[in-house]
Amino acid sequence: MSSIGTGYDLSASQFSPDGRVFQVEYAQKAVENSGTAVALRGKDGVVFAVEKLVTSKLYEAGANRRIFNIDTHIGMAVAGLLADSRQIVETARTEASNYRAEYGGNIPVKYLADRVAMYKHAYTLYSAVRPFGCSVALGSYDEIDGPQLFMVDPSGVSFGYLGCAMGKARQAAKTEMEKLKLKDMTCMELLKEAAKIIYVVHDEVKDKHFELELGWVGAVTQGRHQKVPQDVYAEVERYAKSALEDDSDSGNDDM
Amino acid sequence: MYANPNSIINPSLWPNGPAPGCFFNFPGANVTSTSSSSGIITRTQSPVTTGTSILGLVFDGGVMLAGDMLGSYGSMAKFRSIERTIKVNNSTVLGATGDIADFQHLKAIIEQKVIDEDCADDGFTLKPKALHTWLTRVLYNRRSKFDPLWNTFLVAGIEDGEPYLGCVDKIGTAFSDSKIATGYGAHIALPLMREGLEKKPQMTQEEARALLINCLRVLFYRDCRALNKHQIATITKEGVTIENNIELDTNWEVANFVIGYE
Amino acid sequence: MFGQAILNDNLPGAKQHHWSPYTDNGGTIVAVAGDDFAIIASDTRLIQGYSILSREQTKLFKLSEQTVLGVSGCWCDVLTFTRTLEARMKMYLHEHLKPMSTPAVAQLVSTMLYHKRFFPYYVSNIVAGLDQDGKGTLYSYDPVGHCEKNRYRAGGAAGAMLQPLLDNQVGLKNMKGGVLPDITKEKALMVIKDSFISAAERDTSTGDGVIINIITKSGVEVMHFPLRKD
Repeated sequence: MSSIGTGYDLSASQFSPDGRVFQVEYAQKAVENSGTAVALRGKDGVVFAVEKLVTSKLYEAGANRRIFNIDTHIGMAVAGLLADSRQIVETARTEASNYRAEYGGNIPVKYLADRVAMYKHAYTLYSAVRPFGCSVALGSYDEIDGPQLFMVDPSGVSFGYLGCAMGKARQAAKTEMEKLKLKDMTCMELLKEAAKIIYVVHDEVKDKHFELELGWVGAVTQGRHQKVPQDVYAEVERYAKSALEDDSDSGNDDM
Repeated sequence: MYANPNSIINPSLWPNGPAPGCFFNFPGANVTSTSSSSGIITRTQSPVTTGTSILGLVFDGGVMLAGDMLGSYGSMAKFRSIERTIKVNNSTVLGATGDIADFQHLKAIIEQKVIDEDCADDGFTLKPKALHTWLTRVLYNRRSKFDPLWNTFLVAGIEDGEPYLGCVDKIGTAFSDSKIATGYGAHIALPLMREGLEKKPQMTQEEARALLINCLRVLFYRDCRALNKHQIATITKEGVTIENNIELDTNWEVANFVIGYE
Repeated sequence: MFGQAILNDNLPGAKQHHWSPYTDNGGTIVAVAGDDFAIIASDTRLIQGYSILSREQTKLFKLSEQTVLGVSGCWCDVLTFTRTLEARMKMYLHEHLKPMSTPAVAQLVSTMLYHKRFFPYYVSNIVAGLDQDGKGTLYSYDPVGHCEKNRYRAGGAAGAMLQPLLDNQVGLKNMKGGVLPDITKEKALMVIKDSFISAAERDTSTGDGVIINIITKSGVEVMHFPLRKD
């Protein structure tokens, strides 16, 4: 499954003979083991949908959130080691706070993504620390720049996206995403599709119960990132569940 | 040998003061390094751009704050659209008298507090009494370093369903009442507000507004550092509304009786 | 007086303060300790200069079911001192698994005040309560922690005005045939009420109302009566 990096994989400060840093790759593996998270950017906003795998019936609903607020206008969805990602969230919040204290306004999400990327990259340079085992997606919306979405992975690489996926079913999610014409979709449409993707790629056999977490930021929220309100959530969930049944129905059709 | 100065149980006696067997550096002595270690600090201030009175009144179902929008640069009416009353969150409003720069410094800190709370997203928001207590501690600690924030604040809001109005000055003197006014308002407006509340302890919102507007008018007549452009903030269970740029009708006919006035 | 730089002017870096960290917010406290009770009362007026900040500000702070502290003077110091004291009492409770007794509080107040010997809390304290044997007890302080056990004491703005009255009416001083029985609760209340009424006549910073805390083994009873508002 994975290549053996014997001897060259003990610290992030070592390259392997074929030019890889194994610690970073192992960190990316950690992300692949977590529940899927997708983020979509459309015409007037960015939405996040996370498949929050629930390993125990004893957990309170809404525990272990995976979509966070950074300042008022940026949302961050995470995948990977949850504790590592909480550290990234705190760092991002501090960056946004310092930016506000210095420049008096909202931090641009591209700038924040760069800062987060630099921070995560720094942890891939030394043997004394390990890389962060999490990927984060940052999104925001404002009137001038419109919606923007960035993703930062454990190596510290950051790209802008129209749609991105992280976690165990990210390949399947990406395939589903590519079917959509994201550029022209509104926030509501994006939310429905994102939720549907999560339901479609969720593996009923291996991971039984999951909680769908949704977040959005766009013209509809006046540029503030927030958890999706209860009535919208219910509508979206209904759509996703019924779309899933339709899909599975169509799959059962005989040729 | 001496107790840890950071310990709350056994704080050291006279920190940075003389100790037996040790040399003592008197404050202000010739030292090349920046040492404020001897304890006596020499950074007192006088305010630069200032705001005059703020009035606060509790009515049946809420609180109202009022103040003008002037930032005076000494005797010059320099900044005529300063918002000296700000919304903190849906249940709290803060009004400031005194140095505007000090107020704006705290305003930025408080706004960041609200953002941090929003991020935590745990259902808890800052209550008016909590803000009042926090402000009191900040101001008292600054005063104890002889470097005060040169302001008097009014905190107004709904605390656990009940209207709350509190005041704190630059040395940390804090109290709460149903009618408070700062600056010249304490001398001119507060007697009018006290009389109004004595006649009718549970005023309606309209009555409270009328009383405050009357007080603002008298203050414009009599306070040389006042402007006829006001803010009125109303806080009820429904939320916070701040009206800006309110101008009042004034009657200067009496000026004709002043000898020398043409 | 307090807080001014005690420096030679020709020392470099020396600057004269023209702003005082202290102010007088008025307030009078009167307390009487009996055999099985202690009464402490304060007026409710808070002043600054010739202005009244509030007519309804009590200066009594209930520290426990057996101890009440009355503090007046510089109100910013009063607030900070009582807050710190309450925190210290909570720490004691957590460490010793029992609340602080009145004599313990009395000692703590003294040391806390002395720790700020070179930048004092400008406050006048009276601790009233029941000691370990249930007897009424009273301690009075100066701003830097000198402590004295008393049977009766007046402190704060009108303290000097009221102490002689208490000496005569509660201590029966300079009275012929006066053997000092322990004062009864009713007499103590009467004397305290009259004291405040008299103080309100002559001291501008005393008036508006009186709050009385009566500490007995069944707890702290609170009474209030009005005073002249001028």
